[in-house]
Amino acid sequence: MTEILESSVTGSGVSVSDPRIVRTINLIWREADLLDRKDYSAWGQLYAEDALYVIPIDTSIEDFDNVLNLVYDDARMRALRIQRFTEGYAISAVDSARTVRTVSRFVPGSASEDMMTLRAAQILVAYKRGTYDIWAADVDFQIRLGDEPTSDRIVKKVVRLVDAEDMVPAAGFLL
Amino acid sequence: MTIEFTAGNIHDLAPADLVQGDRVAGRIYTDPEIFELEMKNIFEKTWVWVAHESELPKPGSFKSTYVGRNAVIVTKDRKGAIHTLVNRCRHRGASVCEQRTGNANGFTCPYHAWSYSLDGKLRGIPYPEGYEGVMNKEDMGLQKLRTESYRGLIFATFNQDAEPLEEFLGDVTLWADHFLKQGAGYPLKVIGTQRFKFNGNWKIQLENTTDGYHFPIVHRSWMATVDAETADMLSFMTDPESTCHDLGNGHSVMHMVPEHIDLDVDDGTEPLQARFDGLVAELKQAGVDDVEIRKLVRSMHGTGSNLNLFPNVGLSSAFFRVLRPVSVDETVIEHVALGPDAPPEIAEPVIRERMRIHEHFQGPFGFGTPDDAEGWARVQRGAQASPEMPIMVNRGLNREYKAPEGWVTSHSTDETGMRAAYAKWKEMMSND
Repeated sequence: MTEILESSVTGSGVSVSDPRIVRTINLIWREADLLDRKDYSAWGQLYAEDALYVIPIDTSIEDFDNVLNLVYDDARMRALRIQRFTEGYAISAVDSARTVRTVSRFVPGSASEDMMTLRAAQILVAYKRGTYDIWAADVDFQIRLGDEPTSDRIVKKVVRLVDAEDMVPAAGFLL
Repeated sequence: MTIEFTAGNIHDLAPADLVQGDRVAGRIYTDPEIFELEMKNIFEKTWVWVAHESELPKPGSFKSTYVGRNAVIVTKDRKGAIHTLVNRCRHRGASVCEQRTGNANGFTCPYHAWSYSLDGKLRGIPYPEGYEGVMNKEDMGLQKLRTESYRGLIFATFNQDAEPLEEFLGDVTLWADHFLKQGAGYPLKVIGTQRFKFNGNWKIQLENTTDGYHFPIVHRSWMATVDAETADMLSFMTDPESTCHDLGNGHSVMHMVPEHIDLDVDDGTEPLQARFDGLVAELKQAGVDDVEIRKLVRSMHGTGSNLNLFPNVGLSSAFFRVLRPVSVDETVIEHVALGPDAPPEIAEPVIRERMRIHEHFQGPFGFGTPDDAEGWARVQRGAQASPEMPIMVNRGLNREYKAPEGWVTSHSTDETGMRAAYAKWKEMMSND
């Protein structure tokens, strides 16, 4: 019982001021900025070749292969999505909402020399034609640390929307 | 007699007069009073899609959904009978179920604990002495809709005098039978549901399922991201075999991939798409024979047709597309993915692949749906202007003919299916 309590209260015991976590958070903020600026080509570079980007419908699960998701992007699909967002044929992307997001409330998870996990809160406001939509989510990150901060890469990102099972607007941008 | 829309008459014309064969008025998308009449004359009068039988797998299974704006619960009782119950306690009106799906013995209102059985009967009232001689429990069950199904497709209606479901469906059943063949010899089951909303009228979505014309334009970005074989498969714009039939009662069917209209018809010459090589290998390794593998793989994209049922469901190639009107300018859509209810060694790899195909196009982050939704929202915005200027649904009037079965038919890119839906809309909106 004590162990469970300790683990749930203190998480991994890794402090948010741990230099590895600081690097990780910097990468996450860089990603948020690129997505808000819709610089998808640069955004794609932040992901490892074996990375997975998922927006699940069922927010309680970890196995996303065998369920229907909103987004399930491996490297191939991520490249196609970047193509779709940037080539100018997708009318929802060409005229997409302006977005501003904050990512915070970081909770470090596991940490090793080269692999970090943490979860965070993301609040995104999307504005289009007089309408504001709020997208609130818990986001899980798995980050592989490189030799230096510029070679840190996202290995897994899971965006667990608070309303994933409900009705969200159709989106011309990424979370 | 055709009524011409003018700036002088457009706001005064009766709703039914706003549909004129080859054109409709933008007011049918924008007028809140027309929306109210639609809820009464259409969604509370005719058969409305509520569920697929696989969503109610065992006694006690239930699903919360809507008929028009009415929250309902679809249940399977202990004897296996399906019921559609209004989700509203007979006492003070509270909803009795706020779970989307689940399994239950019945429903208890959280407010004063009136409890109801799976068939809606009022089972228990706390402290009942206050009701002695005041009311009969037997009269106070949850309101029950008529519920009927065709081969697992479940519909409900508030109208106790509605025609039997199969009569309402008519020639739809032939095409529904074709649709159900994509189980490749196995029953179909729901494998997941994506939901999204758009700021537009429900009929804009209803039109879209039978709109072949928009496909290569709106979905150009999706076409650019699929393999050449899939893109070729959907090159129907000038294919004379690619047709649309008006099936009556507002229903229509549009064939986008003529060679897959009937998945049982296979002369063996069509190569299986290379994108499924991995799946084929996996099925072979599981001991599935070549004939069955071919059937399963040819069914991966569903049937070659979109079957559009008035007023709220499309049996659309490989999935159910269910619309729910929320207000005159807000609509909720469900994209319900399907797969074969087969043994695990077959179902798992096939369903996994079908999920990935579905995610690629459908849903709020798919490569297809957001572009559709952008088009629909633009129609809603544009239709506010110059209300006397009609929305045109006249494409293909110059080449419509009657098929031997009696169906008015034209090309898949024509607006025959929309005209079919609007003829039914006009009829129902004319009723007092």
